[in-house]
Amino acid sequence: MASRETIFNLMLAVLLLAVPVWASYGGEPFYVTLATRIAILSLAAVGLNIALGLGGLVSFGHAAFFGIGGYAAGILASHAFSGDPLIFGLPGTKQMIVIWLVATGAGGLAAFLIGLITLRTSGVYFIMITLAFAQMIFYFAISWPAYGGEDGLPIYVRNAFPGVNTLAPLPFFLICYGLLAGGLVLFKLFQDSRFGAALQAVRQNELRVASVGIAPYRIKLAAFVISGMLTAIAGALFADLNRFVSPSMLSWQMSGELIVLIILGGTGRLFGPVAGAMVYVLLEYWLGGVTERWQFFLGLILLGVVLFARGGLIGLIAGRARHG
Amino acid sequence: MAEPVLVVSNLVKNFGALRATDDISLDLRPGEIHALIGPNGAGKTTLINQIAGTIRQDAGSISFAGEDIGRLGVAERARHGLGRTFQISSLAPEFSALRNVMLAVQAVQGSSFRFFRPVMRDRTLTEPAMAALERVGLAARAHLPTSELSHGEKRQIEIAIALALGSKAFMLDEPMAGMGLEGSKRLTEFLAGLRSEAPILLVEHDMNAVFTLADRITVLDYGRIIATGTVAEVRADAEVRRAYLGAET
Amino acid sequence: MQTALIIEQLLNGLQFGVMLFLMAAGLTLIFGVMGLINLAHGSLYMVGAFACATVAAWTGSFWLGLIASLAAAAAAGAIVELVVIRRLYERDHLDQVLATFALILIFSEGTRWVFGSFPLYLDIPALLQGTVPLPGGSRYQLYRLAIIGAGVAVAIGLFLLISKTRLGMRIRAGESDREMIGALGVDVATLYTLVFALGAALAGLAGAMVGAIQSVQVGMGEPVLILAFVVIVIGGIGSIKGALIGAILVGVTDTMGRFLLPQTLMLFMPPSQAALIGGAIASMLIYLLMAVVLALRPRGLFPASG
Repeated sequence: MASRETIFNLMLAVLLLAVPVWASYGGEPFYVTLATRIAILSLAAVGLNIALGLGGLVSFGHAAFFGIGGYAAGILASHAFSGDPLIFGLPGTKQMIVIWLVATGAGGLAAFLIGLITLRTSGVYFIMITLAFAQMIFYFAISWPAYGGEDGLPIYVRNAFPGVNTLAPLPFFLICYGLLAGGLVLFKLFQDSRFGAALQAVRQNELRVASVGIAPYRIKLAAFVISGMLTAIAGALFADLNRFVSPSMLSWQMSGELIVLIILGGTGRLFGPVAGAMVYVLLEYWLGGVTERWQFFLGLILLGVVLFARGGLIGLIAGRARHG
Repeated sequence: MAEPVLVVSNLVKNFGALRATDDISLDLRPGEIHALIGPNGAGKTTLINQIAGTIRQDAGSISFAGEDIGRLGVAERARHGLGRTFQISSLAPEFSALRNVMLAVQAVQGSSFRFFRPVMRDRTLTEPAMAALERVGLAARAHLPTSELSHGEKRQIEIAIALALGSKAFMLDEPMAGMGLEGSKRLTEFLAGLRSEAPILLVEHDMNAVFTLADRITVLDYGRIIATGTVAEVRADAEVRRAYLGAET
Repeated sequence: MQTALIIEQLLNGLQFGVMLFLMAAGLTLIFGVMGLINLAHGSLYMVGAFACATVAAWTGSFWLGLIASLAAAAAAGAIVELVVIRRLYERDHLDQVLATFALILIFSEGTRWVFGSFPLYLDIPALLQGTVPLPGGSRYQLYRLAIIGAGVAVAIGLFLLISKTRLGMRIRAGESDREMIGALGVDVATLYTLVFALGAALAGLAGAMVGAIQSVQVGMGEPVLILAFVVIVIGGIGSIKGALIGAILVGVTDTMGRFLLPQTLMLFMPPSQAALIGGAIASMLIYLLMAVVLALRPRGLFPASG
């Protein structure tokens, strides 16, 4: 007998797949693009959810990994386009799979280095320091002119995936959806595993975890690295979607947006990021169509959710999470 | 007489001008229950914290099973076999009692870096955890989140965790507190049986339990040891009676 | 010539630092006393700037504008505290971050709604226009010196407030033990509103003063807010002394870094490369400084005790 949450999750999954497919055959590619945006932001938030939702690590600097993934895609593509070798004589590439591997590696490495320092702190300090490190990378990206600086970096032609016409909206959406599905499967596996048990215990009571002999720092670092890797892949996809890498992908507003996605949907819930991304992107689209001041209302809604609906959308629909 | 499992030598801890631990030396021998008593503020919990590793001593040494553990962190000391329960229960509140104990089983078995197998279907975790809960009499409530359990039940879970850890020695910080008559009796019987598995350093205020269970008693006051010995010796000690037991017999 | 330039940059660094101190002092007070992370502090900075610009344009007097900025920011702070912030004291930091992030959106878009997207202009008051001579031969804007002076005055005022007045005593007590002072009969609710409004007024003052040398526009507060966070992490959260020293350190490091790094690198490499690398490193300098400080002192230079 499936729980309310599982049923709701399935509905979301089907909705997110059905609408763009239907829209594509109905000749409305715009909605496919919208759905792709939702899928990519969901994946980025699933990454953050591992650190934040499961581990309680309030990272206000996850835009760093999103942007690093984006720039990985952009830099590799631009070198492939221009023919100049990238580094150590290696060429650029326009193959998505290679780009994803590089993005994951770069995101993971960055998360490791940043986590190494930031995870020695906790509470307020951790929040501010993760923010500060992301800012550092942001300002670096703006002031380094080789890859666009403040103006950003265009990706002239969408990157390639074997056997797929990636320029068409629907195939590209399906790629993103597939990766999102993979990310969600990974999240669920982690959540239920020994690692997930230790991680969630760290969130609830770090001293308890240490007292049974598990080192909390290592658990947190591993979670942070995995989290960075997933968010970085999403960044690579985002750059591909827009055919443009903007330094704003590294901004503190982006970090805030990722946290907002999780809160809107429900922190720590499997489909929280998906629900949150749907609400957010649709609000942006519908409200944005009504008024240019839609962020004002977003702020009010967000305030309402924080003050009165703490479990987010999934919390409202399916009640509190049961951990067994 | 066998080698002591835990040896604390000349331990000192100052908080500013306050000498919370004043040159304390004691040991814990196999098969014994060594009770640590003293008035509130005597420094019992501070001492336990230093042995467990949550605070760092200013001077002195701590050795466990022959090894110097004074520089190790909390997690490492736990892995060496030092089990500890808390004066104020420290559990993962959203997790069930079962999952809390499973965490301990998982820690003992080695790596927590397993990412793919669901724990709830892993018999190597659930069975030992359930067994520990049964030993403390909490099997019926195993699936409730610990935030919904009573104070006494949380104590029992802590003991179950210590059992699951297979600790070589236990440090129990006021396990009887808030237990009620029936609960205290059962716990006393339980601890009496436990001592043959691993020695216990027992911090307690419940004098009935202490006099029933203890093989040796050490009395603390203002961070110093003012008496140590068998139950009879300590009960007869004049300074102890004055400082702690008061004018009554 | 070089000395004059260095002195000028140093003064700029001081001025920047003083402005950061005004922001950081409010942030660190609010966190020290109430345990609250307030992301909306940048919005209060903006409110002060907008109030000053509007009233100054309306009345023709910068000074009236300054008073308006203090009043408006303090009022905005008090209202926000009563309506929203109150509910956040018992919540965890994540909720505080989100709720105050939501406030940023509301303030920013609300301001844009009322004032439009174009920046407002604020003129330096006649009394403070012009330049003064510096040792070394160059001249420096009188207004900037006035900002430094104002900042020092505020710092002294804050120290006196905290150490000599009853309000200051309650603030210090509140920093050590929140529950206790309530039990001792202090009206904690009013104290918190006052502290929040005080922090807001400081932010508004900073915004108004800076508004005359930079433009007054929506979003002007957030970059300063993030720097203020860096300042209090370096200085030690909860410590006003830490905020002052941290702010001066950050202000001078950033300004001097941007000025000196490319020049120093030019000694080792071609000018274009030096400008490039120097500029990039300079933009990251403050964050590197923060990382180094934290590696040595994980709780900042002057962590508040307790």
